Amino acid sequence: MPDALTLRDTTAEAVQMLTVCNACRYCEGYCAVFQDLSHYRKVEAQDIDYFANLCHHCTACLHACQYKPPHEFGIDIPRALTATREQSYADYAWPKPAGDLFANHGVIASVVTAVCLTLVLGMTMWLNPAAAETHTGPGAFYAVIPHGVMAATGLVTFSYGLLAMFVSALRYGRSIGVRSGDVFNYANLLRTTHAIASMRHLGGGHGDGCNETDAAYTNRRRYFHQATMWGFLLCFAATCVATIYELGLGRLSPFPYTSLPVVLGSLGGLGLLLGPAGLAWLRWRRDDPTSPMDWSLLLMLFTISLTGFALMLWRETSWMGALLAVHLGFVLAFFLTLPYGKFVHGIYRGVALIKFARDNP
Amino acid sequence: MSAPFPQADVTVIGGGHAGLCAAISAAREGASVTLLESAPLAMRGGNSRHTRNLRARHDGPAVTLTGSYDAEEYFQDLLRVTQGATDEALARLTIDESASLLCWLSDLGVHFQPALSGTLNLSRTNAFFLGGGCALMNTLYEVAETAGVAVFYDAEVIALEMEAGCCRSLTVRYAGATHTLDTSSVVAASGGFQANDAWMRDVWGEAADNFLIRGTPYNRGLVLRALLDGGAAAVGDPQQCHAVAIDARAPKYDGGIVSRLDCVPFGIVVNRAGQRFYDEGEDFWPKRYAIWGRLVAQQPDQIAFAIVDHKVRDNFMPSVYPPVEADSIEALAAAIDVPADTLQATVSGYNAAVQAGDYDPDALDGCRTQGLSPDKTHWALALDEPPYLAYPLRPGITFTYLGVKVDARARVLMSDGQPSENVYAAGEIMAGNVLGKGYCAGTGMTIGGVFGRIAGREAACLTR
Ligand SMILES: Cc1cc2nc3c(=O)[nH]c(=O)nc-3n(C[C@H](O)[C@H](O)[C@H](O)COP(=O)(O)OP(=O)(O)OC[C@H]3O[C@@H](n4cnc5c(N)ncnc54)[C@H](O)[C@@H]3O)c2cc1C
Ligand code: SF4
Ligand code: SF4
Repeated sequence: MPDALTLRDTTAEAVQMLTVCNACRYCEGYCAVFQDLSHYRKVEAQDIDYFANLCHHCTACLHACQYKPPHEFGIDIPRALTATREQSYADYAWPKPAGDLFANHGVIASVVTAVCLTLVLGMTMWLNPAAAETHTGPGAFYAVIPHGVMAATGLVTFSYGLLAMFVSALRYGRSIGVRSGDVFNYANLLRTTHAIASMRHLGGGHGDGCNETDAAYTNRRRYFHQATMWGFLLCFAATCVATIYELGLGRLSPFPYTSLPVVLGSLGGLGLLLGPAGLAWLRWRRDDPTSPMDWSLLLMLFTISLTGFALMLWRETSWMGALLAVHLGFVLAFFLTLPYGKFVHGIYRGVALIKFARDNP
Repeated sequence: MSAPFPQADVTVIGGGHAGLCAAISAAREGASVTLLESAPLAMRGGNSRHTRNLRARHDGPAVTLTGSYDAEEYFQDLLRVTQGATDEALARLTIDESASLLCWLSDLGVHFQPALSGTLNLSRTNAFFLGGGCALMNTLYEVAETAGVAVFYDAEVIALEMEAGCCRSLTVRYAGATHTLDTSSVVAASGGFQANDAWMRDVWGEAADNFLIRGTPYNRGLVLRALLDGGAAAVGDPQQCHAVAIDARAPKYDGGIVSRLDCVPFGIVVNRAGQRFYDEGEDFWPKRYAIWGRLVAQQPDQIAFAIVDHKVRDNFMPSVYPPVEADSIEALAAAIDVPADTLQATVSGYNAAVQAGDYDPDALDGCRTQGLSPDKTHWALALDEPPYLAYPLRPGITFTYLGVKVDARARVLMSDGQPSENVYAAGEIMAGNVLGKGYCAGTGMTIGGVFGRIAGREAACLTR
């Protein structure tokens, strides 16, 4: 855990580096950071949290920099902004003490996952002797884990995650100077949504993408990232539709393979296999210091998808109970660690992009 | 020792913009190419890594360029800055080819961006490299290697065996040993000699020790020297270099663009003795910063201090290095080690000479002094609002003008006027043919690119 002094140092270093950038400006066309920087006369410490979350660590500006190490200026914007970005996650976390969780995210995520798996699997198998039997037809899942228990656990943990992230977003937004008027502004929202949906900035300002291992540009990261985001959103949509089916239409899961929730979920699941695997591969090849929280989110999403498919494939066998418990164990762990891991990147970046849209019409 | 380098048709010396354009064009003509770059990979690209744009002719909007910029207007701009010190045929060739250079680079995958904020005056004439010269170099190196060019870093050419205008072998220092490399043709693209201390001292005397070199420490002029000694005709004044006034605290080499200071027109500039020596408000800074390099070079110890007061500090972009600040002129003098009484007298005299007028930092305003020698003719406001800020200035050398003469096929001309059989030159090392003096933003990279392409093509044809 960085102490107060190194905290200040990372911010001071970022201020120093961006001051050099502001005198240089060669990277103006790469991304939102440099585009917005050109409106600043002077970069101050309080501006760094904003810039940090506008950066998505594509490293284009590092490869392009004539002052990168071994030059004595040692300019490395992606490193400086990644350090301050991760610090900002901790600084705006809610409740405040939970910010410490970021620093040890890898360990915490593993422990939470292990506990969730043991609990869900253990309780299911121990409390319900029928869990290891074959169940088919509508309501089969609830023969293993009661509907109420499953729904309540999911709802409570996910809502908590949403609430924690919402409060963090508010605090972050206030600190970087985003006002509610900026959020409820049609043009801003449209531009922000478009930027996120297309991941415009991962195009590198020229559409050829960003740098990976060397000075060459590639769009791989953009595509894998899109697969991950859309995969997640499709799975979320599948869950919502399923809920409507169950509560509104009175139809109980498991649904047929051709039903809307299963189709959405499978498409999303594919995205969550491909995207995180691809991103992890790129990370591994790039061989730069990656914080554990990046790995754990990718691993979590991948495993949820994998266990989801396994459940779908073998739902008509006696393994269904165990598979369901394992899948839900991972989902539960994901929900619990949601607000204190890399997932919040999407939230902070969204808020930063709203400010960017406001200031760069 | 025999060379570790593969036998190649064309040997390109120098891996900056000119060298890479030459290597790529030679390789695309089917020649085998070896490129020798004296810098290590991390610092490759010479002065080109510090650049941001090139100037190109265009009849209508092209890449990121707005409007049009025709050949005649371009030529007039060149004539004006060089005051006629240009070879008209080569200048017109450069201008003509600049249009296709832009397309060629763009086809190779070089990305351009609109003029950077603060340089909108160049959006019609200059195409800016996205990410700057280093990004340009990255792309060109990648293209070159894909095209089969064998690139060697840390490989410095120290001699060319010249015989009757022909070069059959080179001596290269590489990996701690000296090697001889045979070649059928050579493209010299190794820049000027500004990073050669001894040579600079020859020209400038001891003052040269206090110069800062804005670009690469690897342009030591060894190849230029070898060519001149081998009988090549010289072009450009050996005493001349492009020198601008930059922050004295910048590194000795490679400080590049960010060591720029924009404060001069808004205050006064004094030398080590605390005395003014030139009109700080003669014209807008971008039009004057290039004469200030020479002005500071002529002061004792080649140092000067720009002094402004609090009320104008927001009129210019802040410097990368923070200013020296003090609450009185006396304290400021102590902080910058200038005699306090002289500085006080200079400031009082200046303040007393300031005439009333409408101050306007964005226009040639009517604020001037009367009766001083020298007077300050614009933006003259009394220095009376503490804190006072001082910025130390030193001459920053961009490049030297001395080069080798070439013809329209980029062949090096020998002192008898005959072209060399197999030695070509491109870039800074021959820029003096077109830019005999003065400078016009973006022409350096245009000359390098245009002559690099020609040299590569011609050298490749020679070996067929
Ligand atoms: C700070 C700065 C900013 C500039 N900005 C611009 C701009 O925006 N636009 C513009 O048009 N011009 C600009 N210029 C000028 C521009 O840099 C030059 O005109 C251009 O780079 C010349 O290209 P070149 O390939 O001839 O030289 P360089 O790019 O300097 O390349 C020469 C190469 O030769 C190598 N070399 C030298 N000696 C040897 C040897 N003996 N053996 C092997 N290799 C050797 C060096 O390592 C170097 O890589 C700028 C210059 C500076 C210093
Ligand atoms: S990263 Fe380097 S090249 Fe890019 S703007 Fe900053 S200093 Fe300039
Ligand atoms: S790493 Fe990429 S996103 Fe981050 S500042 Fe640099 S160019 Fe922008």
